[in-house]
Amino acid sequence: MLSDAETEAILISLRVAGVAVAWILIPGIAVAWLMARREFRGKALLDGLLHLPLVLPPVVVGYLLLLSLGSQGAMGTWLDEWWGIRLPFTWQGAAVAGGVMAFPLLVRALRLSLEAVDPRLEAAASTLGAGRWRVFATITLPLTLPGLLTGTVLAFARALSEFGATITFASNIPGETRTLPLALYSLIQTPGGEAAAARLCALSVVIAMASLVASEWLARRARARLRGRDA
Amino acid sequence: MSHAGGLILNVQHRLGQFSLEADLALPGRGVTALFGASGSGKTSLLRLIAGLDRPVRGHIALDGDTLVDTASRRFVPAHRRQLGVVFQEARLFPHYRVSGNLTYGMPTRMTSRFEAVVGLLGIDHLLARYPATLSGGEARRVAIGRALLSDPRLLLMDEPLTGLDGARKRELLRYIQRLAGEVEIPIVYVSHEPAELVEIADTLILMEQGRVRAQGKLDELMERCDLTEALGGFDAAMPLEAEVRSHDEAYGLTRLELDDGQVLTVPGLSVPVGQRIRLRVPVREVALARAPSAGLSYRNQLVTVIEQAWVPPGDAATIELHLRLGSQALRARLTRKSYDELGLVVGQEVTALVRTVAFAPRDA
Repeated sequence: MLSDAETEAILISLRVAGVAVAWILIPGIAVAWLMARREFRGKALLDGLLHLPLVLPPVVVGYLLLLSLGSQGAMGTWLDEWWGIRLPFTWQGAAVAGGVMAFPLLVRALRLSLEAVDPRLEAAASTLGAGRWRVFATITLPLTLPGLLTGTVLAFARALSEFGATITFASNIPGETRTLPLALYSLIQTPGGEAAAARLCALSVVIAMASLVASEWLARRARARLRGRDA
Repeated sequence: MSHAGGLILNVQHRLGQFSLEADLALPGRGVTALFGASGSGKTSLLRLIAGLDRPVRGHIALDGDTLVDTASRRFVPAHRRQLGVVFQEARLFPHYRVSGNLTYGMPTRMTSRFEAVVGLLGIDHLLARYPATLSGGEARRVAIGRALLSDPRLLLMDEPLTGLDGARKRELLRYIQRLAGEVEIPIVYVSHEPAELVEIADTLILMEQGRVRAQGKLDELMERCDLTEALGGFDAAMPLEAEVRSHDEAYGLTRLELDDGQVLTVPGLSVPVGQRIRLRVPVREVALARAPSAGLSYRNQLVTVIEQAWVPPGDAATIELHLRLGSQALRARLTRKSYDELGLVVGQEVTALVRTVAFAPRDA
């Protein structure tokens, strides 16, 4: 039913988006917690930086990634010399691009739900002998769960659909960095590719809808649990 | 005073315009009420003890163990203090069942006490429920149980009755009284209700505008004229201890004996004969007669001696009397005109009349 090229594009997309979200999850929680619970100098600046990928043209983000993580960039040189990691034009690079673009969405969703957690419950837990980590793991995080789920799915969808930053930083290499949107773009550019493009288009819609429905279902279950539905 | 047990506290704290200064020694047993109007600093003090805030300057120690000492930069964080805190709002964890809330801070050594605490608070039937489905009174009881099961060295309660209606208030107060009698843990009870004080406290700390105005035994402070208004004025009540002598089932009455041998009749109590109980006698329920007399509906006629008489500030028509009753005391208020017409003077014997139904039933 699906051609090999289409299957490949889907698998690359899922892998790129999955890896991107997995890598930004922990830093995302940490940054969201910092923004929700701590006052520090430069908070406004950090806030602005965090939102930058949302407002910059993705191509600019991709170009900045190329400048910093590319073979000429300081970070890129370091990664290559010390770890033998080269990100540009690889699927890992596509994951980095997707992760950077998805990060603000994840942090935003997490921050909102962290701010909704009553700090008085955390204080109550600490008087019951729970240290900071136990309070976070048993009170803060579970109460943030609906937001965490929503944020994760949003970030996943964002990474999945990333185009501009990906094509700039990781290029459009079949079998390596050609994700669903890039494959779709290539098909549109190819004469006679309309039918295949329509199929990919439909596939994108199905994947996006499936993840939205799944997250909504999980978030609703989590919220019901928090509200204590059984009487 | 021995400082081996109990809480020693000497702190200065600042919150915006509000400054708090307290130098206290709380006994290592019984219920200590932190009493004062809202804004007097009692909740701030409780937060300092619990470790939820750091004082600007000062020292706090419990049973000889330093919790805070700003001079040596020592600050034991809340989770290492082993204090139980019952907050005004129950603050139960919404994602845990009642049983999960109860065991959240429970060390394994307390496992054997679980049944007893749950029974004492009457929450056995709630264990599988989520907090959102509990009534206000039930949630408070679970919160108290949760704090008790963390095996605290001191139990801090911040106006635990706030927001409950009259009947629920009385019910919860009864649970707290029972608990105070059964557990060995000293309790600090924050309140602004004079009625609660007399029901529950042994020791009293009176806070006013961030300062400690008075501290001492409840009955001693209740007898101090200068504190009358602060402790509730005409709405106050005096604690009176008595021993149950007999029950009159036919009329539903209970006879009590005071320590000077005089007898009181109160509405029937379900308390065994021989047990000592504490009553509260509201100031507004005490009337006076020059001598015991028949033909009155007042069943309780107690012979007392007028120990003090003074005019409360701002109320020239009234006079307040302290009446000595064995080792205890009553307070009464009457118009100055009645006082003069009855020809009462300090040192004179006078009969205090208290209607039987005036004694707030504690087991209703």
